[in-house]
Amino acid sequence: MIKTVVIERKPLSLSERTYLPQIASGLKTTLSNLFKKKVTLQYPEQRPSIPRGYRGVPTLVKDPNGREKCVSCQLCEFVCPSKAIRITPGDIPEDDEEQSHVEKAPKEFEIDMLRCIYCGYCEEVCPEEAIFLQEDYSLSGYSREELVNDKEKLYEMGGTLPDKHFKWDKKKTEEEQGNAH
Amino acid sequence: MDAELIQMLALKVTYAIVMVSVVMSIAGYTVLAERKVCAWMQGRVGPNRTVLPFVAAIPFIGPFLRNLGIFQPLADGLKFLFKEEIVPGHVNKFYYYLSPIVALVPALTTMTVLPFGEFTNAEGLTTTLVLANVDLGILFVFAISSLGVYGIVLAGWSSNSKYPFLGGIRSSAQMISYELVMGLSVLPVFLWVNAPGMTGSGLSLVSIVNSQEDAAWLVLVQPLSAFLFLVALFAETNRLPFDMPESETDLVGGFHTEYGSFKFGIFFVAEYAHVVIGSAIFTTLFLGGWHFLPWVADPWAPGLIGSLLGVGWFLAKTFCLIFFFIWVRWTLPRFRYDQVMKLGWAKLLPLALVNLIFYVILVTYLDQAAAS
Repeated sequence: MIKTVVIERKPLSLSERTYLPQIASGLKTTLSNLFKKKVTLQYPEQRPSIPRGYRGVPTLVKDPNGREKCVSCQLCEFVCPSKAIRITPGDIPEDDEEQSHVEKAPKEFEIDMLRCIYCGYCEEVCPEEAIFLQEDYSLSGYSREELVNDKEKLYEMGGTLPDKHFKWDKKKTEEEQGNAH
Repeated sequence: MDAELIQMLALKVTYAIVMVSVVMSIAGYTVLAERKVCAWMQGRVGPNRTVLPFVAAIPFIGPFLRNLGIFQPLADGLKFLFKEEIVPGHVNKFYYYLSPIVALVPALTTMTVLPFGEFTNAEGLTTTLVLANVDLGILFVFAISSLGVYGIVLAGWSSNSKYPFLGGIRSSAQMISYELVMGLSVLPVFLWVNAPGMTGSGLSLVSIVNSQEDAAWLVLVQPLSAFLFLVALFAETNRLPFDMPESETDLVGGFHTEYGSFKFGIFFVAEYAHVVIGSAIFTTLFLGGWHFLPWVADPWAPGLIGSLLGVGWFLAKTFCLIFFFIWVRWTLPRFRYDQVMKLGWAKLLPLALVNLIFYVILVTYLDQAAAS
């Protein structure tokens, strides 16, 4: 059994009971703080540095050839805990020589930023590495509609990220060699 | 009425208006100082965005003034003025509107007897710069400034809501307790200053300032009285560590919880006006008023320049004391209500009595020694 040791609290000395020495030392502390460097970040002009792996606004990215990476598999829509993503799947139009008949692409892709909780599950689940949470963190708008990012907006924010797979190129060559799956 | 009387009245009214506006603007800038000093002590920079367009255009000076937040009080005042005027349905309308006025008026009335400088003309005739040199100066100050508590009590009562009510009750109890200490702490000072056989007025603030000219400041002669007076002043001006009426951590906003817009602004200004006037009174009583340093004669020559320097010196001392008020506020936590009462009645009051008795005996002894 643990033995309980009662520690007697020392009675306050006379100088402690007047509070004055403690007040003086407190005043000294605050006075020294008065001249210390300030830690304020002047926000709109100065921005905090964003660490790697930061989960900002979710965006759609294109591969270095400027092709859509998203194939509208709807996994992100499925995994999204707050149901912020809505995808309407579609085909790449026939007349696009370069890209048609290779993959699918979303017809509509909407992320409701009023619902999004920035959890990053969509980025994690995406098999095509098409959706990324990027560095932007401050959003504002005058209406609810304004804060629903459509496909165009998502690609505009996402831009192009480096890609090591070049899946489209591989598929194209495979198709040309006649062993498409 | 004869012309001379009208002229004199006009002059007094002008002086009064000037003085009210000066004290009000000092109170406004005390709010700014509070925000700035608080920010600096907490490692922040404080208000640094407000600026007037044409001032912002001036190179160097414009950004400097902006960073100092010089125009912030203006913006604050305008904000209070243009906010929606909300009167809760459950209040007693008459007293609800009356209480901010009752709070502000005593704070501004005490300044009438406050001397802040002197002017010596070419003939060597010295005039004290004061609105009214009342013989009972200090008594007048105590009488009027303690009326300020009515504003707070009325606000707490007429709001008809529990937190303001508690704030009002606490404040009345605190004011009564510390008023005693305050009165007792200045008695030895006046005992000391008034030599027997003096024909002049004993309680005048002017005579007490002049007694410190080229002599020891009373804070050096009577440190305990000065300390007790300062502590009581903190309590009377509702500053931390004694801000019982407000106690924003446990009473929401205390007595002014139900007040908004300009009515709250008036309470706010009244509180800071109390701080300014309190600091000025401490300066006159214990820090030598407009006189230079203890045992040093005023280095400035008589005349307009000297008079202005004297007033400036008086203001500098007052500002240092205001800074001290702010400094203490952002250092100490608040006393609990029962601790405030205990400190006031069980510690400070006996100490003030002992202090008074000691000086009564000392002064009597000195008088006897001088007489024999």
